[in-house]
Amino acid sequence: MILAIIENAFLSLIGSAIPASAVVMLAATGAMLGERVGVLNLGQEGLIGIGAVYSVIAVLSWGVESPWLAMLIGMMAAAAAGLIFALCVVAFRASQVLVGLALALGGIGLSNQLGVNRNGTPIQTLFREVNPGGVLDDNDAVSAFFFHDPVVYIAYVGLPVVLWFVLFRTRHGMNMKAVGENPAAADAVGVSVTGWRIFYSVLGAALTGAGGAYMVLSFTPTWSPDIARGRGWVALAVVIFAGWRPGWAVAGALLYGSMISLDTTAQARGWGLPFMGASDLSFFLSMLPYVVTLVAILIPAGAVKLGRRVRSTAAPAALAIPYAREER
Amino acid sequence: MTGDRARPAVETRGISKAFGGVAALDTVDFEVRWSEVHALVGENGAGKTTLCNILAGIYRADAGRVVVDGAERDFRSPAHAIDAGIGMVHQHFRLVEPMTVAENIHLGWPETPGVVSQRTLNERTERFMGEMGLRVDPTAKIWQLSVGEQQRVEILRVLARGARVLILDEPTAVLTAKEAEELFAVVRELAAGGLSVIFITHKLREVLAVSDRLTVLRHGIREITRPTEGATASEIARLMTGEERVLDVEHRVVTGDPALELRGVSTLNDRGIAALRDVDLTVRSGEILGIAGVSGNGQTELAEVICALRGMEAGSITVDGADIASMSVRAVTDSGVGHIPEDRIGMGMVTSAPVKDNAVLHSYWTEQFSQGLTLNRQSVIDFARKLVEAARVQTRSVFATAGQLSGGNQQRLVARREALAADRLLVAAHPTRGLDVNAAQEVRSTILDRRDSGCAVLLISDDLDEVLLMSDRIAVIYEGRIMGVFEAAEADREHIGLLMGGHSITGAVA
Repeated sequence: MILAIIENAFLSLIGSAIPASAVVMLAATGAMLGERVGVLNLGQEGLIGIGAVYSVIAVLSWGVESPWLAMLIGMMAAAAAGLIFALCVVAFRASQVLVGLALALGGIGLSNQLGVNRNGTPIQTLFREVNPGGVLDDNDAVSAFFFHDPVVYIAYVGLPVVLWFVLFRTRHGMNMKAVGENPAAADAVGVSVTGWRIFYSVLGAALTGAGGAYMVLSFTPTWSPDIARGRGWVALAVVIFAGWRPGWAVAGALLYGSMISLDTTAQARGWGLPFMGASDLSFFLSMLPYVVTLVAILIPAGAVKLGRRVRSTAAPAALAIPYAREER
Repeated sequence: MTGDRARPAVETRGISKAFGGVAALDTVDFEVRWSEVHALVGENGAGKTTLCNILAGIYRADAGRVVVDGAERDFRSPAHAIDAGIGMVHQHFRLVEPMTVAENIHLGWPETPGVVSQRTLNERTERFMGEMGLRVDPTAKIWQLSVGEQQRVEILRVLARGARVLILDEPTAVLTAKEAEELFAVVRELAAGGLSVIFITHKLREVLAVSDRLTVLRHGIREITRPTEGATASEIARLMTGEERVLDVEHRVVTGDPALELRGVSTLNDRGIAALRDVDLTVRSGEILGIAGVSGNGQTELAEVICALRGMEAGSITVDGADIASMSVRAVTDSGVGHIPEDRIGMGMVTSAPVKDNAVLHSYWTEQFSQGLTLNRQSVIDFARKLVEAARVQTRSVFATAGQLSGGNQQRLVARREALAADRLLVAAHPTRGLDVNAAQEVRSTILDRRDSGCAVLLISDDLDEVLLMSDRIAVIYEGRIMGVFEAAEADREHIGLLMGGHSITGAVA
């Protein structure tokens, strides 16, 4: 009896965590792309909002009937915002932190404004769940793990595999990493630091926008203000947790996504604390991802302090540092 | 690109380039032939590196032409220069530390296969190294390599891209003597194989040892180009420095009051290992005490404990009888202690701030420059102008940022500022390191002036010639211990050299 309840709770958690984490996964992959070439975009939260609101507009106002097309429109809107960001920080060498924060707050404001008349309108153009191979039984456990829409598979399997291959098995990826680690070295061998940084900032922004689009085209599925609700920040945390490795981002996104889902589950089930009279745990749970991030940062930092080099999980050396050739 | 072997491999015509309003190169003509090692000689700031950066596509010239193998070129990026067959190995290596040797060699190289694995990269690297006769472990990460090996990776990378003209910027500055000899052999071999090598240096011995022809630059102007055969070191030195002022230092035996006293001082380095062990030292007013020793034997920590920048494990330090253990860094500075730090850029200045602010970095709070909460702008500017003029710092204005100054000018600024601040004691750590002959003489004169006006000077230098030239007394440091103290008159070079290497007077190893 009790086992069944626990199993039930666990499965419902997994069933909602996987799609919920797909948003985080897409945004984390987007952020990782930029960070691998040395561009830190703190504006993920705003980019999710922009991606989401333009997908909503595409569906509700422009009559777009394909979720894929709606997502593409959301991605392009986020890419446009990403291009402005990239021009500021790469071409004009403005502070990545300041411009990134401006993009986060500005993006939230812009998307809330654009979404004002569309609050709560349900969206019918949705991604449909697929049964891979059509061979699996339809029971609770299987459906929790495996019955999801195609975007989930792209986010968790397609993207990490492609990104891993590009980063670690191609000439292109080698050059990418060099731009993020030592732009002067990349420049000296003829890799255009500016070009690569702008390109991957924009591509990364588009992926984060896809995350926002996925929110409104699958599991929300409606527009509401402040739609990202911290998932952009969590995505940045996942990148650190994953040590800038695409495979680890999957684990990170699932872990963090579960924590977000816990917060919703707690609210829904009315979990409370037996002390301090707290009847609602959700604020505590929404804090968890950041506590875990602190620990994830401190572990490698602590290892370095103890004299052990943890190079593979270190941030790209030139992260957030503008590059200028003719300085002396 | 190997066309007519008789025409120059590379030539420049009337190249000019300025930084922050100061001319680095002034209408320079330069020419390198095929199959020659061409030494580009000059003091710091003479424009050698700037000229080569233009050839390598890093900088663009303000005026003038670059002609490569007969064709005029306008390089907008290093990639263009590489395409034209010109490759440069920089003084500061441009290698990606967390990556392997093989990856670094294949970086940004169009001939690298699109899809690669560590194995294919390693195999390609092995094969290529075999062809060039240069070897490094292709699987090693850059940070695991010695400096000499890293340099070899840089050279291999440039050659891999089919460079026919190889530029080496002060290649021996970071090498041990043995590594330098090996490099000379490599360079000679490459030239014999048909390549042109431009060898930037300010060491005369290297010019004579390795080059076929040489060009001397001074203050951005070409002084001469001539075959190395028949040239003498003193002749080249004269062309490099103009007329040299030789410092005549009178050594003194001083019996005045001790200005600085260290008693039983012990301290740890940044890694928590003993850096100074039970050090006793006395510096009297009006004398220079030189610390002779090989770098890394506690000199850095010695300067830092005296300036209250580092805590002590044991012992006491007094300046004019006052114990500095209880004093803040500012209190120590206020009591008349100046410090020319080893790391000028990191500790001596704020590179993003203007020169004028850097000029008063250690005194802006004094009455001369501030009233209450406000800074007296005009007096700061006046003071900075005077300082810049006295120290002969070349800068557009005192409003330019300190980061825009060349290394030598930064050093002159800091040295003069600290010397002025030092009434009682000047701690000078490697004050002339990296300076050219004339700038070094100026800094030394500044220090001697302070001594003659009654200031005590602690001179730390790993250049034994400098210590012997400047000091009234000499203390030798080895592994944090003072091995002996000598009057300048009785100092024996060989004996001091043995002590620096850890051999005590009886010949036993300490």
